[in-house]
Parts: sequence; C-alpha cells; structure tokens
Amino acid sequence: MSLTLKNISRVVNGETYIDNANITFAPGSFNVLLGRTLAGKTSLMRLIAGLDKPDQGKILMDGTDVTGIPVQKRNISMVYQQFINYPNLSVFENIASPLRIAGVKDTEINKRVSEVAEMLHIEQFLQRLPLELSGGQQQRTAMARALIKKGSLILFDEPLVNLDYKLREELRFELRELFKTQNTIAIYASTEPNEALALGGVTTLLHEGRIIQTGPVNDVYSFPNSIESAELFSEPPINIINGVVDGSKVTISSGTSFSFHEELGEISSGEYNFGIRPHHITMSQQNDDDIALDLTVDVAEISGSETYLHMAGHRISLVAQLAGVHAFHSDVPVRVYLPINKLYVFNTQGKMIQAPHYLIGRESKTSSQGVTHG
Amino acid sequence: MNKRKIIGISLYIFFIALPIYWLVMMSFKSNDEILSTLSYWPQNFTFDNYINIFTDSSWYMGYINSMIYVILNVIITLLTALPAAYAFSRYRFLGDKPLFFWLLTNKMAPPAVFLLPFFQLYSSVGLFDTHIAVALAHCLFSVPLAVWILEGFMSGVPTEIDETAYIDGYSFPRFFIKIFLPMIRSAIGVTAFFSFMFSWVELLMARTLTSVEAKPIGAIMTRTIGGEGVDWGLLAAAGVLTIIPGCLVVWFVRDHIAKGFALGRV
Repeated sequence: MSLTLKNISRVVNGETYIDNANITFAPGSFNVLLGRTLAGKTSLMRLIAGLDKPDQGKILMDGTDVTGIPVQKRNISMVYQQFINYPNLSVFENIASPLRIAGVKDTEINKRVSEVAEMLHIEQFLQRLPLELSGGQQQRTAMARALIKKGSLILFDEPLVNLDYKLREELRFELRELFKTQNTIAIYASTEPNEALALGGVTTLLHEGRIIQTGPVNDVYSFPNSIESAELFSEPPINIINGVVDGSKVTISSGTSFSFHEELGEISSGEYNFGIRPHHITMSQQNDDDIALDLTVDVAEISGSETYLHMAGHRISLVAQLAGVHAFHSDVPVRVYLPINKLYVFNTQGKMIQAPHYLIGRESKTSSQGVTHG
Repeated sequence: MNKRKIIGISLYIFFIALPIYWLVMMSFKSNDEILSTLSYWPQNFTFDNYINIFTDSSWYMGYINSMIYVILNVIITLLTALPAAYAFSRYRFLGDKPLFFWLLTNKMAPPAVFLLPFFQLYSSVGLFDTHIAVALAHCLFSVPLAVWILEGFMSGVPTEIDETAYIDGYSFPRFFIKIFLPMIRSAIGVTAFFSFMFSWVELLMARTLTSVEAKPIGAIMTRTIGGEGVDWGLLAAAGVLTIIPGCLVVWFVRDHIAKGFALGRV
C-alpha cells in the first residue's frame, strides 16, 4: 500500500502551515521527515493521519482518495513525542486497546500482546499502570500499541526526544530493526540530522511548511539541491562562503584566491556561494591545493567527543568540526585548510549547481526524486 | 510536636467544635433542661427529640424531600456540565470565551434576584412545589460552578489522548465513557460534592418554590415555633441530622477534594 499527498496545503489563521506538499511514500518504506521546530512536521503528520483536514489537495492511499475519511477508519497508528497512554488502563489493556475495539478474540489478543511486548521488552510490566513505568517503558508501551495494529501506516512524531541519550540510541536501533521486517509505511519526524542518518531509509526535508527535497538518505545528504537543504541536513550547519569566479581564478570574500580546477567542473564566471561541511575543514594541510585561511578563534564548543571550532576573520566566519576534545583560547590566530575537492557550489539563488568532486559518481541507483517547488 | 503547637491546635479545635458540641448536647436534652440550667452534659439523657422526628412524617418527609431534589440536582448538573466542560476545554467556537465568562457571572448574582422570576414561571407552568423545580433552580448556580471546575481538570488532560483513542478506533461516545470519564473521576467527585453541598444548604429558593409536597428540611426547621414557644431540643436534633449527610459526603470524597485542590480549580 502506498501513500500519496497531492498539492496538500493547510493554512491556519492566515499562517501557512503546509505549503503545497507533493510526495509519495512507497509501500513498506521507512521515511524520515527532517525539519527544524515549526517546519511543519507535526502539521504534515496530522494531515496524513486525518486528525486535521487539508485546506487544499488530496491524500491517496493506494490510489483511493481518503481525504475525507475519519481517522477511526484509516487503519493507521501514531506515536507522539509526549508519552501518551491511557492512565487508567493497565499496560496490557493499553496495548490491546486497538484490538479490543476491532473485536478481536481474547486468545488472539493475548497472543499478539505478548508477542509485541516481548519485541519491545516490556513483557514483565503488562499488569502495571503506565504511570508506574519509567519514561522509556511508557514510550515502549505507546509504540507497542501502534505496532500491534499492523496498520498500513505508522507515524512517529519525534518519539524519542523526551528520552535520555542512551535510551534514545537503543530504541532508535530497535525501531530500525523492527521495521526491516514490517510491511508498513513508517514516517518518522525528527529535528536531528544525525538521527535521520542513523535511521536511514528515505529522507524528506521540510522547511517552513515546504518539502524542499526528498530521496534516499545518503543522496539527500550528499547532494543537497539548495543551501537550505544543506544547512538543514548538517549539524553544525554547512559553511557558506561567497566567491567570485573569473575565468580560471576564484576569489572568495576573504580576499584569498585559488586557481580554478577541473575538480570544480565547468562553471561560468560570476558570483557563487561555496559550501564546505564543518568536518571537512582541517587544521593541517592534506593536499597541495587546499585553501589555507588565517582566522581568529571565536569560541570552541565541546560536543560529545568532538570540538566545534567557531572562527572568524576577513569577512567570513566558519565552523570546523574536529575529532577529539581540544582546548582553544579566544582571539588566538589559527590557520585552517579547506579541501577544494569537497566544495559545494551554489548559485546566488542558493540552488546547487556543482556537487563536490569526490562525490561524483556516488549517487545511489534509485536516483533521488527531485522535488520542484515555487 | 512542641508544647506551643499542641496548645494552639487544641484551642483551634476547641473553638471550631464548640458550637457543634453544643448542638449535639442540646439534641439529647429536654426543653426544660435547656432553658433552666447551664449544663455541659445532659442530666437526663433522652432520645425523645430524635424519636419525634423519625415518627412524625411532617419532619422526616423534609429530609426525604431535600434528598430527592439534591440528588436530582447533582445528576442534572453532572449530565449537563460534563459535555459543556468538554466542549469548552477542547473546541474553539464562536463566542466560547464570552460564554464561559457569562456562565461564571451567573454565580455572582445573589439567589434572591431569581426568586421572583422562578416563582412566577414555575407557578404558571405547574412546576411549583415539585422536587424537580427546586433541582432546576439550583442548577442555575451549580452548573456554572461545575463547568468551571470540570473544564480546569479536562484541560489538564492532553488532547493527544483523545486523538490516540480515535486512532485506535474509538468512537467519541465510547472514548468519553471508557477512557475520558475514568481519567477525571476526581473532578467528577469534587463537582458532585460542590453541587450536593450547595443544594443541601441552600434555603431561600428551596423554601420559596415549595409549599407542602416538596418542602425541604430547612424550611420545616424554621417553622418550629409553636404555641408553647420554640421547641429547642427538637430543633437541635433536626440540626444534627442535617449535618450528617454533609459529613458523609465529605468523608467519601475527601481524597478527591485533596487532589482537586492540588490539580484543578477548587
């Protein structure tokens, strides 16, 4: 069963929540909706679920229009960011609830509940009330209720955000494993690029209510179609440097220039934006043609086992992502190197016109479905 | 606990309990003893006053009448306030906020204001001196309070629970009865308690809208001044019996009330 959104729009009190969304979710696919807060992830999910009605457009399931069908008849499930369970029912009854409504026989219910509970490691808590469980177990209960239905569609609205780091990693892994064998369309909303990369599947980027790109996760990551996409799908965001191409010479806004290369491909003279991912910037020269920049340290942030080094100078500011924990003092001069073969080239409108040289030929076979937008 | 605290609490309880103690003592005394001497304990302990009440139908019917219209009031209040409060907590509709405020303003008018219209209206439609008349009149005050209390509790329940139930396949009525009502049972207890207490102690309306058939105990108690003066002992016994239902209700909902104070709008 496939799910298609056709020209879906939703406007609430003059504010556009979803702007003309067109997308198809393939049967049995695992999809990640990636977008910042207020990008419209939840709005889109509520429209898909049938909890809200679109102002325009159609939702098709296997080609049948389901736009006006009430949520009770859609055969879907949803897991929220908050841990939503029925507080007055036991964990067992919580999980069994969709089956009870559907009138499934008791023996069948017992069998399926214990199956799902085992899958999610909550089989020893079935007789307790949800509020007597830890947060992770409560969310597992909610997930069990969503999974037991074996519906055609499961929506996850940032289900792991309210859990601690360790538990999140664990559940994310389990979830991905679970869906390898499921025949259900899963749609998972997330704000974190790293989560989208870890989950894999098909990634759809959502920005200010618009779908800006969709495709297999690696394609969307490696070949962002615009600066917006690239910024959205990299943490810390990709660095953008203005530059002017004049014949074979490129001059970036710091005044540094480097010679034009076949590695940058064929680009005509004019103004461009060059993008470089933070983890590609190095402190030591790797290649002869690396662009060397002399900058001043602003601040060094430690994130896990990595250091985000914020630098500025000569009218540009950069973030470099360095492995390991490093201490930097503010206002200290540093020299960093930018590998030319890892530069993205965007035009002044922000559209990508040239992917980095090292990626060429690495597009996956299921080519990314380009999404056009106005 | 130190000594000062014990003395403080003892004084507090003493002053609170004194009038009730005096009432209970009086109910076991004869009129002669009440009027002649100052005694802290009945010298001739007697149940006559209570026996009088339980054998005289003009007395005990007062209690029955009161119970009937109070229970009717609680039922009507809950049946109307539950859906109303749900609507106010879940939906935005034209004039929802003014309407909610208007409900509250009903509580601000003294009951006496509504005496004349109610009396005239009920007389002309033949509702005068019926239990339902008093129950309906009391609803004018208990429903707004109930909606207000329930709305506070219901707004504390995330709407995602409603949606999850719909996604699971629950129809609205089934969700409301099987999932939603059990979740707010504290609120329902608190609301029932307030409706009960309001209706039980309200005298003005109950007395004006009844004459014989549905006369409440409060009205009967104010008419005990007979030919031989005030029957003090009988009146005290009636008073004691009037306090008891309130005490029972408080006993049953005490946990809910404590929760209500912690969570909602009590």
